[in-house]
Amino acid sequence: MNIDLQLDAKGLACPMPIVRTKKAIDTLEAGQILEVTVTDKGSLADIPAWANASKNTILSQEVNGEEITFTIQKG
Amino acid sequence: MTTKWSSKKIADYVINKKSLFILDVRNEGDFADWKIEGENFEYLNIPYFELLDGVEDLLPKLPKDKDILVVCAKEGSSIMVADLIQEEGLDVGYLEGGMKAWSSYIEPIKVSDLKNGGELYQFVRLGKGCLSYMVVSQGEAAVVDAVRFTDVFENFANEKNVTIKYVFDTHLHADHISGGRLLSEKTGATYYLPEKDAEEVVFKYAKLEDQASFTIGGSTLDLQAIYSPGHTIGSTSMVIDHKYFLTGDILFVDSIGRPDLAGLAEDWVGDLRETLYTRYRKLNEDLIVLPAHFMVIEELNANGTVGKRFGDLLVENHGLNMTDEEEFRKAVTDHLPPQPNAYTQIRHVNMGKISPTNEEQTEMEIGPNRCAIR
Repeated sequence: MNIDLQLDAKGLACPMPIVRTKKAIDTLEAGQILEVTVTDKGSLADIPAWANASKNTILSQEVNGEEITFTIQKG
Repeated sequence: MTTKWSSKKIADYVINKKSLFILDVRNEGDFADWKIEGENFEYLNIPYFELLDGVEDLLPKLPKDKDILVVCAKEGSSIMVADLIQEEGLDVGYLEGGMKAWSSYIEPIKVSDLKNGGELYQFVRLGKGCLSYMVVSQGEAAVVDAVRFTDVFENFANEKNVTIKYVFDTHLHADHISGGRLLSEKTGATYYLPEKDAEEVVFKYAKLEDQASFTIGGSTLDLQAIYSPGHTIGSTSMVIDHKYFLTGDILFVDSIGRPDLAGLAEDWVGDLRETLYTRYRKLNEDLIVLPAHFMVIEELNANGTVGKRFGDLLVENHGLNMTDEEEFRKAVTDHLPPQPNAYTQIRHVNMGKISPTNEEQTEMEIGPNRCAIR
């Protein structure tokens, strides 16, 4: 998988992980891929729900200790 | 500036049935699962992440003649959304600490005066539907089914200038973390648990036995234990001053306890039947039933307490009116509602087997109590 942009949103509390993720996605072209890493547990439900509502696609999500990493393809 | 609303202010709206418009910005699943309940509350659920581009589309959906409160899980997103709305010129508030704070808020309300200057208080945890009790009499107190925020009981006892002598749990709770053990450690009170619920408990406790009686304030007030299994195998009820009937999770105002939270629905349904249809029916119908939970906000009395005369429940409560045993068995073992969040872990905490951090305990207790079958 080619990651076009990486975003470190670790340590940020809700709503900032999604605010930053949205801003990052807005800079990409359709089809490009963003990798974002967060530590806010609420993101586990909220990032997929946001992606679904905003027509972006979650390609993978991985939990590694406190860290959660998503790859998201811009729709 | 948006206004910060405390949980206490919302409790006032709930108890006094004021009207309020709640804009809940959590995701749809969380909102469907659990929200702030009020008889005259209106709701709109739009996740905060759908409002990142602005609130223009939202504004027409908001009332002009009602208080508006924005709510989220912890408060961060509700502040962001409230600020966006405020910038458009509409006054709104946000819930300080979010649903986490609401889940832990407790309102102490007097149920009644008792003889010789005694008093009975119900501690209503509105967000989760948990009910704890404190009986005070002549310098002494007993606490029943304490939730984990033990400072609430300690502070209240200090205000009333009473010493907590006994702490009781009517059963091993599965929906919330008990404060019983911690409260007894902090106050020196004796912690009583039904022995049959305590087989796996790893700390020292005193056995709460059938027909045991306790006095507080010299001999001025008595508490009587009645073994009443069914929700758990050890479930025990308490009668205070021959008048108030603390039924734990066996009998609620508009529902009855579920027998499955320790994984033994089939085994315990007979006990539940026996308790509700035989043991309890030997008691005085004028007793006031005071349960350990409420499920829906309509169960609150006008003063915010939850409780009702036993004789009235014998007529009105569906769970007490299933004459056919097979019908009863089916009702309490088939089609059970979803279980409370993290209920197995919560039981292990209450047995002393695991000791999660405060933050982890808050996470475990998210959501409604779900201890009843209607």
